[in-house]
Amino acid sequence: MSVLVYAESSEGKFKKIAFEAVSYGKKVAELLGTNLSVLTINAENTSTLSDYGAEKIIKVNNEKLSNFNAKAYADVIKQGAEKENADIIIIDSSNDGIYLAPLLAVNLEAGYASNVVEAPSSVSPFTVKRKAFSNKAFDNTEIKTARKLIGLAKNSFGLVENKTSATEEDFTPALAEGDFNITSTSIDKAKGKVTIADADIVVSGGRGLKGPENWGMIEELADVLGAATACSKPVSDLGWRPHSEHVGQTGKPVAANLYIAIGISGAIQHLAGINSSKVKVVINTDPEAPFFKAADYGIVGDAFEVVPKLIEKLKEFKAQNA
Amino acid sequence: MKILVCISHVPDTTSKINFTDGDSKFDSNGVQFVINPYDEFVLTRAMWFKEKQGASVTVVSVGTSSTEPTLRKALAIGADEAIRINAEATDGYFVAKQLAEVAKNGNYDLILAGRESIDYNGGMVPGMLAAILDFNFVNACIGLEVEGDNATVIREIDGGKETLSTSLPLVIGGQKGVVEEKDLRIPNMRGIMMARKKPLNIVEPISFEATTESKSFEKPEAKGAVKLIDADNVGELVDLLHNEAKVI
Repeated sequence: MSVLVYAESSEGKFKKIAFEAVSYGKKVAELLGTNLSVLTINAENTSTLSDYGAEKIIKVNNEKLSNFNAKAYADVIKQGAEKENADIIIIDSSNDGIYLAPLLAVNLEAGYASNVVEAPSSVSPFTVKRKAFSNKAFDNTEIKTARKLIGLAKNSFGLVENKTSATEEDFTPALAEGDFNITSTSIDKAKGKVTIADADIVVSGGRGLKGPENWGMIEELADVLGAATACSKPVSDLGWRPHSEHVGQTGKPVAANLYIAIGISGAIQHLAGINSSKVKVVINTDPEAPFFKAADYGIVGDAFEVVPKLIEKLKEFKAQNA
Repeated sequence: MKILVCISHVPDTTSKINFTDGDSKFDSNGVQFVINPYDEFVLTRAMWFKEKQGASVTVVSVGTSSTEPTLRKALAIGADEAIRINAEATDGYFVAKQLAEVAKNGNYDLILAGRESIDYNGGMVPGMLAAILDFNFVNACIGLEVEGDNATVIREIDGGKETLSTSLPLVIGGQKGVVEEKDLRIPNMRGIMMARKKPLNIVEPISFEATTESKSFEKPEAKGAVKLIDADNVGELVDLLHNEAKVI
């Protein structure tokens, strides 16, 4: 028996969520008194995985897997799990992770718990805590099958350094033609911008900003913080900002360390989508805005006055702490 | 083209979430149930295929008789027939198994479902269904066109979008973008009248043991009151974020 983590990489590089999944896998392996294997696909510099507790690194390198393909990736991870005799398989919650996980669950006939936020509270029965009801509750779920698949929620368990010496091996899984019935014809990705999925800090604007022409200060604030920009639903519906920036229940989920809401009242659908963020700041002229009930820090004031001052103060702060 | 749209019957977004029986069950008392918002987007897309390409649309849900008003609403929006699989939706794998059975019996070409439901947020049914049926599958779909047996699908990726080319039979896990919010339909009186006469067939579930079980629920810890900072003293916010919250 062992624990297997799939460490996701993009263009050969691991994202923070990959290290978080490995940190989590190490914890689960410890609870079970077993070893942690980590599977990678076309990743470079795999040695960094042992900083977080990987004991065995299984490297798959295959030209055919250079583009993400959910079915093929699920097939590869399944074969890795079988080879390692893994009973627990851990996947992150990126767009690709949540795409491939249900396929993998069926391949392995594994019970699957997604959005898991903590180490198992018990390993027998195997019970994990997961987010449910759009962040309004947690569901303590028992996984009852022999093989278990865990989807780890982003920015939940955190990074835990745990230097180990890892062995590495190459693995060549068998790929079926049927794995490639879906082909990628184009990828349209903003270059050089921090994405909402990867960002530690997200700066978000609402209708209180009055128009798309006023987004310069949002972008400047995001720039100073190294943050991603986002917006509320009305703003994307009005076409002030692209849909890809819409965060909230039917938009993108945000689980950042810091979420700054500017001119956003805090409708329940919006809060449902951003509630997993650790620290929330609201800037709004209306002291009755519901967001003040959800936030950790708040400023009642006009964004057009407060935000430029905040940018200035942050620049000073950065200069001092550089 | 035969389309099957999977509908989840969920508490309305604004519902208060409470639990009963020692926090082991969701308390549906006084809760208004609706079509899962993610499913509404794909249902609307199905209507488009019906009107523009002559597709037939069946809606299906796994649930007890309490889910029937939600299925009737889908019929009122324009689906041709409804199927209710008469079982408590215990876990995602169980639901996918049940839906797969209906899908096999009905020979559907295209199966549409929301990416996730807003109650349990598992995000697993569409993918599991595709894997059980060995159909092609695209998740987080924000654009879908079908020409003959070929489909062009746009999916959301971290930081952008990807266009994919595939073929039927196909399962889609959809979200906003597959149609826009403004295109969502509200049933009109004629639709509601017609829905009463449309078939709503009840089928019994196949035997399958749920793979997971919700043992207990808990709510997030009550949050402390917001710390207000004077608008003339923005520097204090920077201090707090650095020294207290330690996020910058």
